[in-house]
Amino acid sequence: MNALRVGLLYFKVGVLNELQYRVNFFLQLFQSLIQAGTGLIMLALVYSHTAELNGWTEPELLCLLGVQILLGGLIHTFIQPNMEKLMQDVQQGTLDYALTKPADSQVLVSVRQFRIWQSVEVLTGLTLLIVGLTRIENSVGVVDALTFAFALGIGIVLVYCFWLIVTTSAFWIVRMENVLELFEGIYQTGRWPIGVYPTWLRFSVTFLIPVGFAVTVPAQAITSRLHWGTLVVSVVFAVALFGLTRWFWRFGLRHYSGASA
Amino acid sequence: MSVDAAELPVAQLREEGRWRSLLDFYLTTMRTAVAEQLQYRVTNYFYMLGMIAEPVIQLVVWTTIADQHGGSVNGITAGEFAAYYIVWTLVRNMNIVFGAPFWEWRIREGQLSGQLLRPMHILHYDLAYFAGWKFVVIGLWVPIAIGLSLVFKPDLHPTPLEIVVFVFAIWGAYLIRSMFQGVIGMLNFWTTRGAAVFDLYMATELLLSGRLVPLQLMPGWVQTLANFLPFKWTFGFPIEVLVGHMSPASLMLGLGVQVLWIGIGYVLFKFAWTAAIKRFSAVGG
Repeated sequence: MNALRVGLLYFKVGVLNELQYRVNFFLQLFQSLIQAGTGLIMLALVYSHTAELNGWTEPELLCLLGVQILLGGLIHTFIQPNMEKLMQDVQQGTLDYALTKPADSQVLVSVRQFRIWQSVEVLTGLTLLIVGLTRIENSVGVVDALTFAFALGIGIVLVYCFWLIVTTSAFWIVRMENVLELFEGIYQTGRWPIGVYPTWLRFSVTFLIPVGFAVTVPAQAITSRLHWGTLVVSVVFAVALFGLTRWFWRFGLRHYSGASA
Repeated sequence: MSVDAAELPVAQLREEGRWRSLLDFYLTTMRTAVAEQLQYRVTNYFYMLGMIAEPVIQLVVWTTIADQHGGSVNGITAGEFAAYYIVWTLVRNMNIVFGAPFWEWRIREGQLSGQLLRPMHILHYDLAYFAGWKFVVIGLWVPIAIGLSLVFKPDLHPTPLEIVVFVFAIWGAYLIRSMFQGVIGMLNFWTTRGAAVFDLYMATELLLSGRLVPLQLMPGWVQTLANFLPFKWTFGFPIEVLVGHMSPASLMLGLGVQVLWIGIGYVLFKFAWTAAIKRFSAVGG
């Protein structure tokens, strides 16, 4: 409970900080429109050459694109800024400031920075998702919507765990700002149904870098394609990964000697 | 009768000395870049793996479509797609330059103040450093290219002439992109919101360069438009040199167009730099 309170408090301060820079909203809106535009052009290109891709029609893939951008927005708002700050702190030795505080260190490093204007991406994704849904024949039930929200939550946990594990390795590797490029690149695999990838790649983007679970499962839920078994697997996977992340963070901390701030 | 050195026109001697020291400067900076970047192999690999995801995704998508339609899309087979996107990875590695985000960082953090004090034009430092870095990058790229080739089995049979033209074309792409990215980056002298313009520029490049898909897959008018813009000459053209079946004449024509764009880019760069430097007031450093 204490962790939750600390998190909320940090979030409030973060929001107040960001609200000073209002022009960033328009900048972000512009960038989101470009992003959505290129995504739509790519879809149009693919479907000008084929009627369906691996069993997915154009409106269904539009939903997938919407979910991918939506989840990307959540990552950019909540997860990535904190991980970037963590990397920077390890490199410059300023992590000591966070570690000497009395609250749980993993909570602290996960709630220190938010970029709320990035949440424009969430709205863009949501818009694409809704447009996609209206073009699919069968209607979306309440159960589908709830399962979708639940699966999306699991997706966020999975991505958070992945990010924290990777960032924790900064304790050994130190210079790793390019991890950002790595993640952004691999996150793009989520734009397409996971079934199109060859087995080795499908396996990697499902379990090694959980983009498959994070994006495809919610998209399957909202398009009524989800098998309940998949949902159970993703819950178990998320719990296991969270445990592993927690252990790895503590393990990394024991190896951290500080670079003197 | 031997010519005494003292009898040579002084101007000519100075000119020669100038070129020699410039060459010397380039070689030294490139060596420094190699030594420096070799230390950061892990982070270099992170960057490259992230970059390689982009063409692999496209390759997989288009291979799937080709398989669904009897083996080809618009006459491009799966093997040809593989060749296109694997050569893409090399061309992309080559055309990563001191780009607009670096310019923003350089201006915002006040790095430029110190750099202005150095004796040579700033373009030389950027070009030489990144050119040296390329040798490290290509070294790291080779195993990835071998891996991709084993998995995707590219259909690639370049002629010796195509290989020679390709070597020139990738450096042409490097120069064109350096100039244009520099010009976009210099917008940050006037505004701190240069990122918006940069995003628009990158999206245009993505669509009109052959970076997203081979330009043959685009509608006809897009292909025509692409011919008259610089973007294609930094992505699609070098790739097509190796992958496509271009006549010697069109290979040479392509190199000529690249030279033209390097010239235009250089003029724009000079113009922007002259205007920008008058406005610059240092921010720390």
